[in-house]
Amino acid sequence: MKIGVVTFPGSLDDRDAQRAVRRAGAEAVALWHGDHDLHGVDAIVLPGGFSYGDYLRCGAIAARSPIMSEVISAANAGMPVLGICNGFQILVEAHLLPGGLIRNDHGDFVCRDQRLRVENASTAWTSGFTVGQEITIPLKNAEGGFIVDAETLKRIEGEGQVAFRYLDVNPNGSLDDIAGLTNAAGNVVGLMPHPEHATEPGFGPDTPDAMRSGTDGLTFFTSVIEGALARA
Amino acid sequence: MPTIVVEVMPKAELLDPAGKAVAGALSRLGKTEFSAVRIGKRFELTVDGPVTEAVLAEAQQLADDMLSNSVIEDVVRVYLLEGAGSAA
Repeated sequence: MKIGVVTFPGSLDDRDAQRAVRRAGAEAVALWHGDHDLHGVDAIVLPGGFSYGDYLRCGAIAARSPIMSEVISAANAGMPVLGICNGFQILVEAHLLPGGLIRNDHGDFVCRDQRLRVENASTAWTSGFTVGQEITIPLKNAEGGFIVDAETLKRIEGEGQVAFRYLDVNPNGSLDDIAGLTNAAGNVVGLMPHPEHATEPGFGPDTPDAMRSGTDGLTFFTSVIEGALARA
Repeated sequence: MPTIVVEVMPKAELLDPAGKAVAGALSRLGKTEFSAVRIGKRFELTVDGPVTEAVLAEAQQLADDMLSNSVIEDVVRVYLLEGAGSAA
């Protein structure tokens, strides 16, 4: 299976995402924002960072870059797409997911190992989890406050489009403690925390077993691989 | 060259942490007559050629679709900058 990782000007975590893809057992394919070519990939990751310097709004310019017309078409045709942090912001700006992300309510950048509850384990990127499972992956953002109008919030809550919720603390003022969303079809998932930073023992969050041993993020990538194998 | 101005503000009901930080600084400076600050954006679009109704409509469209995000912001005003050129 080939999973593409798009690099935009200002992407930071594209290499980490590629490494996570390889650790999960798939081939990582570097995609470039200025191309109109998805190079035959089976799934796409929009990585974290500060694409286009966060100018205009976080993710706004990247959402209108050349590769995104292909990503949007592929997503609408059912291809799995995962947006991490800035990638989540890009998905929202591209209208593949509802709502918006604004500056953290407390005004500060936050970086912590964040506990999350899996709310939807039926998406392309979460099928290896169980509903209610608690996982820990790193979170690092200044503009991660999820907002949406009341009517849409009611709809996405009612239709199971909340994929992840923050546990212990709400780190950025997100409505309903929402950390991540899925689209109605379940192929497009976006979240502020970084699963690619919790895929390798020695480099992940601390766990009760050992320091930096957390690899809960790996399940995002193995989920999409197993999903592809099941369909093959 | 004629210039069209687009003004965008965060939605009134949303917290504006940047504005709040500035308001905090004003308070610390003793400027107590100012109770709140909200920070928005002003875009200046330089137009190559005359500003027709169609160009203004295009700017309005751009303001709604790209320069603002209707989930978090409102387009306050789109107008031709006086003295910077005249409508055709």
